Order: sequence, then structure tokens, then C-alpha cells
Amino acid sequence: MTAPETYDLTVNGTSHHVPGAWIGESLLYVLRERLGLPGAKNACEQGECGSCSVLVDGRLVCSCLVLAASAVGSEITTVESLATDGALSDVQQAFVDAGAVQCGFCTPGLVMAVEDLLRRDSTPTELEVREAISGNLCRCTGYGRVIDAVRVAVRRRTGAEVA
Amino acid sequence: MTDTTLTPPAIGTTTRAPRIGESAPRPDGIPKVQGRFAYSSDLWAEGMLWGHTLRAPHAAARITSLDIGPALRIPGVQAVLTADDVPGRRTYGLEIHDQPVFASDVIRYQGEPVACVAADHPETARRAAEAIVVAYEPLTPLTDAEAAIEAPAIHPDGNVVRHLVIRHGDPTVTGDVVVEGTYEVGMQDQAPLGTEAGMAVPTEDGGVELYIATQWLHVDQAQVAASLDLPPDKVRLQLAGVGGAFGAREDVSLQIHLALLALHTGRPVKMVYDRAESFFGHVHRHPATMWYRHHATADGTLVNVEARLVFDGGAYASSSPAVIGNAACFAVGPYFTPNALIDGWAMRTNNPPCGAMRGFGAVQTCFAHEAQMDKLAAALGMDPVELRLRNALKTGDTLPTGQVITGTAPVAEVIQAVVDVPDAVSPVLEGKPMALPGGAGRTADPEAVRRGSGFAVGFKNIAFSEGFDDFSTARVRLDRGVATVTTACAEVGQGFVTIAQQFTREVLGVDEVVLAPADTTIGSAGSTSASRQTWMSGGAVKAAAEAVRERMLALVAADHGVDPGVLRVEGDRIVSADGTVDLPVTTALGDRVVEETVEYHHAPTYPLDEHGQGDAHLSFAFVAHRAVVDVDPELGLCRLVDLVTSQDVGKVLNPLQLLGQLEGGAAQGVGLALMEEILVTDGTVRNASFTDYLIPTALDLPDLRVGELVEQPEPDAPFGAKGVGEPPTISSTPAVVAAVRAATGLDLPRTPVRPSDIALANRSAPSSPEAP
Repeated sequence: MTAPETYDLTVNGTSHHVPGAWIGESLLYVLRERLGLPGAKNACEQGECGSCSVLVDGRLVCSCLVLAASAVGSEITTVESLATDGALSDVQQAFVDAGAVQCGFCTPGLVMAVEDLLRRDSTPTELEVREAISGNLCRCTGYGRVIDAVRVAVRRRTGAEVA
Repeated sequence: MTDTTLTPPAIGTTTRAPRIGESAPRPDGIPKVQGRFAYSSDLWAEGMLWGHTLRAPHAAARITSLDIGPALRIPGVQAVLTADDVPGRRTYGLEIHDQPVFASDVIRYQGEPVACVAADHPETARRAAEAIVVAYEPLTPLTDAEAAIEAPAIHPDGNVVRHLVIRHGDPTVTGDVVVEGTYEVGMQDQAPLGTEAGMAVPTEDGGVELYIATQWLHVDQAQVAASLDLPPDKVRLQLAGVGGAFGAREDVSLQIHLALLALHTGRPVKMVYDRAESFFGHVHRHPATMWYRHHATADGTLVNVEARLVFDGGAYASSSPAVIGNAACFAVGPYFTPNALIDGWAMRTNNPPCGAMRGFGAVQTCFAHEAQMDKLAAALGMDPVELRLRNALKTGDTLPTGQVITGTAPVAEVIQAVVDVPDAVSPVLEGKPMALPGGAGRTADPEAVRRGSGFAVGFKNIAFSEGFDDFSTARVRLDRGVATVTTACAEVGQGFVTIAQQFTREVLGVDEVVLAPADTTIGSAGSTSASRQTWMSGGAVKAAAEAVRERMLALVAADHGVDPGVLRVEGDRIVSADGTVDLPVTTALGDRVVEETVEYHHAPTYPLDEHGQGDAHLSFAFVAHRAVVDVDPELGLCRLVDLVTSQDVGKVLNPLQLLGQLEGGAAQGVGLALMEEILVTDGTVRNASFTDYLIPTALDLPDLRVGELVEQPEPDAPFGAKGVGEPPTISSTPAVVAAVRAATGLDLPRTPVRPSDIALANRSAPSSPEAP
């Protein structure tokens, strides 16, 4: 393996020193195994399932497809940042209340995808919701309660209904 | 779909926590949405190593030489282990120990483990495994399950894993109307989002602790201990967070390898399969070829059903004996027939090993018997729903195994419930290109899209069958109004955690119920499979809580000088019939602690005899689905427009969680109908990734609707509830394929339906690419 690299990553507003890393490590690996942030999940490590979704400079990405060293200088936001002072975000609370969580392995990625959707469009249609989360595979729910969680979050946030 | 908006959970407030029949929120929901829930792949320990497995590239081969030297010379590599390093039993298996921990001489399937490595970085471990030099002499793989019956054995145990014949009544009877067909089901993968992962930590007493995602801690423990040559009490397993299971975690995958590496290196070892390895690291749903002949009178009464079922179990036995047992027992479907001859074969081949997946056995035969029922209805000129209602099983009927159904059997009710749900589908062209078959821009000619609807009914057994002593163990401890529940039940996402809390609250009248970690320090809970945990571990929790309640009431009775018989728990209080005692459960015992442990067994079942006759099953759950599908006949693309589930659930315990089970189960059935198949050529898997093995996305599915739930309490079941996990996966597949048949007019005897099955169906010759 190539000589270890040392760099800094900014995650959830905090700078983290990453010493002695292999250059081939994905952002997902470094978050999970070096920075103690296992919220992003490793379900396919091929960009197909969305379980590892994080924001890099405000854009939703699969962290398995991003080399950690290439994210130096970027603002990285993970699911761990959403709850403030122990209070769930409205999207997280909606997932709990609507029964959108079963095994929960896809949940952090779905929560990130829905947070991203509602930032871009606070009143999406159901088809737009389905499209927005179509890059997030869930094997437990059939997506019904997940869609319902988005309905709940939209209603609580805007008073509007997902058409 | 139903709006299920709830008020926020009651935890931490004075509101009474949810009991039976209420939508209790998951206690693990909050950590899961925050990414704080520790799955088996999230584990970390100081000084830990990473494990990696070397797998054979051939479906059938002989190993002629094996050199681990090059791997050991890589800096950072701490161990390279092969079959010679297994101190105890060199084979393992769920029912039959026929699978090598590491192959040492013969390779029987592509991906069979040959060696494993521990190193200080996962990439180093991967490269070290690659550096192991193995010379193979490839053999011609045996890949045809039918041919395997007569072919030379590829394993010392032979090629027939189980041959089961069910002979009932007079199977030579012929009907006025006879329909016949041969049906095929492809190999489905459970595809839980969490891949196989775990960590093993050596202990000071020479044993090992294993933190693992599994469906059954104790059956893993027994297999690991046997291969390590350690007493079971030196192999302690604790359940780590499980990212879904669906049968994929019933067999051992990396458990023994991890424990060997930890004991060999004296350090914690973590292993996480990537998705490709996961496809090779667990068993799949059996592909099946099923021939059927149905006989009916002119008025549509079944008089005889003949079937021959050939299930491909792949290289090792896994749960094949139980799978073919279920397939044969439920081969006729939820219908009464006085005569039947079912010939069931579970075969060994060099294909990927197959075993448990949600609804096993019943899923395959339901696809076939429902196609036959539609074919029979057409031959009779009869409405398919009417035909099924006419033959529907009911309590008191005899199954082809000779077993009389003594529990509830609301088959006609689930059929009627699904039929009664009003249509809610929009026209084919609703102005949304995304809603066309294949999605936006994929449909050849939107005007040519055709719609069809289909219907299917299915059933299967709840809990373990055929004489297995099925039990679960639970401990309930009541301390100052807080109940702590301990079981070894594997929570894999299904929601036993809420059931355990609801049952305990219901019995003891307390709000606060803490769930202790599931591990092997308590007795077995049995497997989280066969839709059994609500009944079995739920039953154990209920019985333990009742034992605690009786002791609590006895203590309170003594305190007040009354007979314990006059006391009861009412809401959150202990009251006496005459009103002289009335005090809150939470403070009734002061600081006295009451604890009880109960092993709960279900009523005995019995083996099948040489004619496949016997009271082999405990209970049955029934289900019906109705589907609407749009089909682009030119490109063969299908889009599911509507799918309604109605199910016999006994009693609704947690409405919201039940909905999730029914929707998720139906979605997996849709996958098997329209897209999911592990493609195997000459024993070699062609699509071991989520790029090439497709599971339904949110855009592939409509609102999966749930019709009326049939609640007829099952007499022997705790609170009358039947397990609900598997049934929704059983009849969804045949309903969807029936809808595609209705849209296309094609026979479509095989699932999943591939685009080519539709687009090329009317061509006289096999297709070949045409020159431009």
C-alpha cells in the first residue's frame, strides 16, 4: 500500500485531523472508522443504495464514492449533525412517528435525502418525493411509511399536504 | 394510504405507554434516525484487526495446492487460516453439518471459503487474501437439479437432501376438468441492507465473545463452539445491531472465521462483507421447477391435485429439508382437496447454496398453485375469485397431510376483504411520464400500454414444525415499577422490541419496560424466522410477566392480609374485588424485587410419516393480494400500479408496525415478480451487486395498500395474534404476475417475468440481435 497520508477534514463544522491514512480510503470509511461517525452506512459501497448519503458543500453525495482526501477543504455534513442538543430534527422525528424505521440501516441515508429534498422544495408532490428517495434502497418498508414520514414532516413544517 | 400521524411518543411524560393493540413507537427508533444505533458493522475496539475471506472462483473444482506464504509475508498481516487451522468440527450447518468451514479438497460452489486473513487494515487484508496462491483443477459443475437426482454424488451425503412424498386419499381420481402446467421460480436474494458483519474478541478464559448480526444466537453458538472445540459457555454471543435479515442470517457466514481469527491472533477482529461478497456469503431463496395437475368437477370443486416439486438447494443442505417440507405441505394452497399426491425433492447441485428466505417453500408453490387456479377458472369458465371461495379451507378441514385445522382459517374472509377494497387506480396515461412502465422516456409507445389485474391467495405455517421442540426463554424482573425484559430474541427490524414492551405493560400494568441486550447468557429464543417470535418469544415474555405478576400479587396480598385470589392488576393499579386494596403497581412492592424466568414451548407437532401424513404444524396464517400492472408489450416493461394486501393476523398488536410488515413483505414479493433474480450460468453468479441485482425502489412501487385485516383470535396464541412477517411475501408475487398475464394474454409460467418473456413472446424463433 502507498505511504500514509495526513490531512484535515471539516465535518459538521469541526476540523478533524486524519493522520496516517491510506490514500485509497473513501470518505465513508474515514468517517466511520477514523472519525467515529458511523451514522453513514455501508450497504453497497458502489453508489447504488444511498445508505452512506452525506452532504459535501451542501450537495447530497454517496460518501462511498468520494475519496476522503478529495474532500479536504469541503464542508461535510453527516446525519450526526441533525439532532441539536438531543432534540431530533423534524424529519428525524417524523420518521420515528410515522413508523418509517424498521431495521433502520437505510434510515440515516433516507433522512439525509429527505432533509436535502425539503431544503430544495418544501412542498414536493408524492412523485417528487419518490424520485428524490429513489436512490435510497430500503428492504424493510416498501417505502410506504417513509413517504408518510415525508408527509408528516411537510405538514408540520409548512402546514401543506403532499399532493 | 392511511395517514398514520401520531402524537409524539409518551416516553418521559405522564401519558400511559402503549399496550396491546396500540401503535407503540420503536424504542430503537430514536437512535436509528440519528445514526447512533450500533450495527454489527459499526463496532470498533482498540487494537482490532480486519478479517477478509478468500473465496473460490469456480463452481466445482479440486484444490491441488494451496500456499499461504505470500500472504503471510505482507506487512500488517497477522494471520492466514485454512481448514488445517480448524481445531474442532470442520463442517457446520443449520440442520445437517455438511458445509466445510474452509474447503480443503473440493470446491462445490462459486464463492466457497478457502482461507481467511486478519490484518491491520481492511485493504491489507483484502490484498493478502488475493496473494494466497491456490491451484484449482476445475470440474464440470452439476447445475441441473432434476439431473442431480440420477447424477453421481457431488458430496458424501449424496445429491438428494430430502425427498418427501405426500399421498392423501386416492390420488388416481380424475376430474371432469383437468389443467396442467409447469412453473418456475428464479433465485431471489434477501438483500438485507446490512451486509454480514461482526466482531470477535478473545477472552481471558481462552474463549471468545462474538458480537454478531444473526437471527438465532444459540444455533450460531453451537456451531461456532463445535468448530472451535470449545465448550459452549466459552463462546458467548451478543446480538449486534442487525440491518435486516429475511432469512439471510439464519445460517452461519463469518461467525466461525471471525472467532478463529480472534483466538489465533489474540486480538479483536472485525469483518464486514462488501455487497458482492454478501451475495456469496449467504444462502438464497431456492429456485424451483414445479409441475402441477389439478382435477375439478364441472362445478369447480377440487377433487385431486398432483404436483412434482424440484427445489435446487445448491451445494449444501442449509434449511432445504424444512423448505421442501413447507413446499410440499402447502403445495395445494389454502384449498380443500380430498385427494393429493405431492412429490417433493430438495436437491444438491453446484449452484449457490439456498436456504431460508421469508415465506420459504410456500412462496414458490404459491406462484404455481395460483397460476393453476387461474388456469382452472378459465377452463371452467368460472370467475377466479368464485373458484377460490368455493374451495377455500376452513376450520375443521383436512389438509393433504391429514392434519385437521383446529385453529382459525379465515380464507374466505381474506379473499372477500381484498376483493372488497375499492379500486383506486388512475387511468393508464395520467400525464405523468414517470408513471409509465420503465419510467420517463422508456416506454416505446404510451398508447400501446396495456393494463391487467390479478389476484392470489396463499398461506403458510407459523413457528417450527414436524416435531421440532420449539421454545423461547424470557426473564422479567420488576424493580420499583420498572420491568426489565431479557430474551435472546434477535431483533432484526421486525419489531419484537415493541411487542416485548407491549406484552409486559399489558400484563404488569407498568409503563416503563427496559429491554436488556440479547445474548447467550439466557436460554435460547429460537430463530427470528417462520413468523414465530411474536408467538414464541412474545409467549415467553407474557408467561414470565404473568409469573412476576402472581408473585407481586401474593406479596401485596400478604401486606394487606387478603387472599391473593381477590387481587388483580387493573390499568396501572393493583386492586381487590371489594375495593379495600387499591395501589399503584409502581410502588406496591417498595424496594422488593421480583424476577421470573420462563421457557415457553408451543404445543407439540409431529413428524410426517412415510406417506407425508401427520400433524406437522402448529398454526397457519392466510393472505390474499390483488394487483394492477401496466405493461409496455413492445419492450416488455411492467409497472405496478396497485397492490392490495389482506391478511389473517389473529389480532392486531401494533397497527403501525403491522402496516410496515405488510407493505415491506408485499414489496419483496413484487421484486420476485418483476425484477429480482440472481442470474447463474454454469454455477457462476453474474450479478452480485446492487447495480445488477435490482430490488424495488420508491419509484418502482405505488402506495401498497392494506385492505381489511381479518382478526379472528387464534385460540392458543398469546393474545390471539398470529405472526405476520411472511404471509405478505407469499401471494404478492403470483398476484402481480397474474396481472401481467391479464395485460398480455401470455402464459408466463416463470417468475420473475423478464422483459424478454413479454417482448419476445410472440416471435417464432429465438431472438438474435439484428444487424443495423
